[in-house]
Amino acid sequence: MSQGRSPILELNQITKAFGGVEALRGVDFALHAGEIHGLVGENGAGKSTLMKIIAGVHPEFSGRFMLDGKETRFRSTRDAHAAGIGMVHQELSVAPDLTVAENVFLGNQPTNRLGFVQWRRMAREAGEQLSRFGIDVDPMTRLGDLPIGLQQLIEIARVLFSGARIIILDEPTSALSPPEVERLFTTLQKLRDEGTSIVFISHFIEDILRVSDVVTVFRNGRKIAATASADTTKGALIEAMIGRGGEKLEHSYTDDLMLPQSGAGSVVLKVDQLSLRRSLQDVSFEARAGEVLGIYGFMGCGQLELSRILFGKLRPDGGTLAVDGAAKTFRSTAAARRAGIALVPESRRAMLFHQEPVYKNISISILERISALLLKPVRERAIAQRQVEQLQIRPPVVGLDLGMLSGGNQQKVALAKWLAYPPRLLVLCEPTRGMDVGAKNDVINIVRDLRAKGLAIIVLSTEPETVLSLADRILVLKRGAVVREFAGEAVSKDRLLEAA
Amino acid sequence: MTSSDSATTPADHQRSRGLAPFLRSQMRNIAPFLTLIFLSAFFAIASPSFATIDNVGNILTQVSVTGIIAVGLTFVILCAEIDLSIASIANVTGIAVAYFTLQESYVNIANVPMPGFAAILLALALCALLGLVNALGLTIIGIPSFIMTLAMMQIAAGVSALLVRGQIAYKVPPLITTLGSGSIGGIPWIVIVAAVMLLGGHLVLTYTRFGRYVYMVGGNREAAEFAGLNVKLILGSVMVISAVCSGIGGMLGVAHFGSAQQNEFDTYLLDSIAAVVVGGTSLFGGRGGIGNTIVGLFVLGVLNNGLDHVNIDSFLKILIRGLILLAALIINVYAQRLREQAAD
Ligand SMILES: Nc1ncnc2c1ncn2[C@@H]1O[C@H](COP(=O)(O)OP(=O)(O)OP(=O)(O)O)[C@@H](O)[C@H]1O
Ligand SMILES: [Mg+2]
Repeated sequence: MSQGRSPILELNQITKAFGGVEALRGVDFALHAGEIHGLVGENGAGKSTLMKIIAGVHPEFSGRFMLDGKETRFRSTRDAHAAGIGMVHQELSVAPDLTVAENVFLGNQPTNRLGFVQWRRMAREAGEQLSRFGIDVDPMTRLGDLPIGLQQLIEIARVLFSGARIIILDEPTSALSPPEVERLFTTLQKLRDEGTSIVFISHFIEDILRVSDVVTVFRNGRKIAATASADTTKGALIEAMIGRGGEKLEHSYTDDLMLPQSGAGSVVLKVDQLSLRRSLQDVSFEARAGEVLGIYGFMGCGQLELSRILFGKLRPDGGTLAVDGAAKTFRSTAAARRAGIALVPESRRAMLFHQEPVYKNISISILERISALLLKPVRERAIAQRQVEQLQIRPPVVGLDLGMLSGGNQQKVALAKWLAYPPRLLVLCEPTRGMDVGAKNDVINIVRDLRAKGLAIIVLSTEPETVLSLADRILVLKRGAVVREFAGEAVSKDRLLEAA
Repeated sequence: MTSSDSATTPADHQRSRGLAPFLRSQMRNIAPFLTLIFLSAFFAIASPSFATIDNVGNILTQVSVTGIIAVGLTFVILCAEIDLSIASIANVTGIAVAYFTLQESYVNIANVPMPGFAAILLALALCALLGLVNALGLTIIGIPSFIMTLAMMQIAAGVSALLVRGQIAYKVPPLITTLGSGSIGGIPWIVIVAAVMLLGGHLVLTYTRFGRYVYMVGGNREAAEFAGLNVKLILGSVMVISAVCSGIGGMLGVAHFGSAQQNEFDTYLLDSIAAVVVGGTSLFGGRGGIGNTIVGLFVLGVLNNGLDHVNIDSFLKILIRGLILLAALIINVYAQRLREQAAD
């Protein structure tokens, strides 16, 4: 442990407010050379805000900022970059229209003496870097065409290999499946051993305990505790985070879990022999009223494509789809919604209006119902307020622009939108991504509630925990095909991983 | 002045974020307004004939046709699309309404005279049809609006040419003549029509479900699709709305100018786009509105009119207009960035 040495980065009494909202209140934080520093805390606790201060995103704050023992102020991200600080943001900040190679070298493309970009060299080096990290893609593809998990990996790779000596990872594993997470951890440990300092934010307490040397806990804009990982436990951390007995909140799913014998209602959705180019092959299943169907698989197994087909955003090459026994071909997402299907996609950027207030984000799904021609803002706000309270979205102000909420709270808004609707079939992609333990538990309860009301629910995830905590029946998808179904039998994390 | 947020009052924002970020996020509304005040003050001081009641009336009349066309264009730009065919569609609609009206015997056009209401309906149907073609090209075939409307610009010009064959027509139905060149109680009808259409556009954008959808589609098209909105229908509708507004502007314009001929509306393409953008409606969609367009119209109107009141080289005027437009574009793009930062 590095406690004896003086820290390379030391923050004292950092306070930061956004208008009336105090995001940080007098926080101390110290980072040593060659340590992995885990950061945990509830949604909106201020983790991202503190990291953005370190990375120069928020230049205005009060408190003392010491780098290498000298008082420093960054005026921009460029200053931070020059000081050797790199950050992977919680929201993907890749450039979707550029190629993979351009993204890897964003801002410092190799150029020849005349200042021309050396494309071939850039592509080759990007390819080498990525394959060192276990990513196998053509460096010349447009980044936006890749699945979100891969985009996230590429962004991580960019920062890890940028030569930064302080690396901040804000929920880097939220879109990754276990094999990529493993690779990431190995790389992090290697970088640490070479002397790099790493801050790692995650809502997966087990990951934090496993990979980090020191853990800091945030609550409500304050630092609650900082301990060596070896000296603490999951239960203690959760308790520090949310202040109540939290062990029962998070199940670790290492033991067998009994799936219920089928007692579900009528078939709401029947999918038969669905196929899509190289992504899906002859996928068939049924989703029933009052049942949560989990679909598990590694990144790139075809889940995303499947969810898009169910919601009318992609057209399958073959196969049929029937809702309540009637065959359907959806020409648009509007048609799918009219048929009673709702989708919460995995990417926040793709499903929310960041410049619009929270209530408009929530009411969009029900406008058709509450207003024939004229808008009814009072009613919209009332409905949104109810959802915000039910999901405990913080701050509970429906007039606030969505972009001002913390990541986890934005995710809740995305769910709130469809809760107000409510559909016959709800398709959730990574529904608890970026949520703290308490919020995950809330989501689990909400999904159970909806199930009790007779909705058919499909949960697609690359995290075994998500599927295990929600599903009554589980399909495992591998390279676009259903390879295993768990129904009315024992299942565990290991069995899922083995099947995938 | 303006904006989409009927329900979120500026005070809301202010309370939650402090004054500086509030001003920064409102830059797109504030900057054009300040420009307008500055220009008006400048010309009022520079020329005694500028700040008179008569001249204000002149400015209003001068911006009316642009205003009518800009209503529809505002919808299009709010959706982050563009319509380059507005001036051509205005032109062909104006020509069509004359084509279906009985002309004096010395006019050498083989036209098809009809009763006034039929001529108006046919002309409206023509512009709606052209708008529909734009809509289908954009949504069904997937041609970018920039290219699709560029083609439509040529097509509409071609139809105009075929109808008038280089000649000039003068007569339009009496209703159009009145609305285009008559006045009531000293107020020109064309100003009233423009005001009513701008108001109508504002009400639709602010208080109707369709208006909300326009902002949502412009703000984040993918999210709109994931919310189950019929994005293609909305995009198609704004293209048709734009074409119809242009058509109405074209018919009244013909009456206002007193003649219908080829290339009569060419300057209105740039003027309309400039009015919308100078007013602060975001070229990236989702931000701005009719209020902004009105400010933009006045900025252009005051500029065009004011330059006539001061003694400068008329060729220099063109350059000055261009520079002002460039400044507005810079502010537009810059405002977007500031807003993103404020929301970061
Ligand atoms: N740009 C902003 N404008 C206004 N308020 C903001 C802004 N960014 C963050 N906040 C507020 O500051 C608080 C802390 O947010 P922060 O993003 O740091 O939380 P977090 O700990 O990263 O949460 P999560 O786990 O959900 O990502 C929240 O209440 C949030 O609403
Ligand atoms: Mg965060």
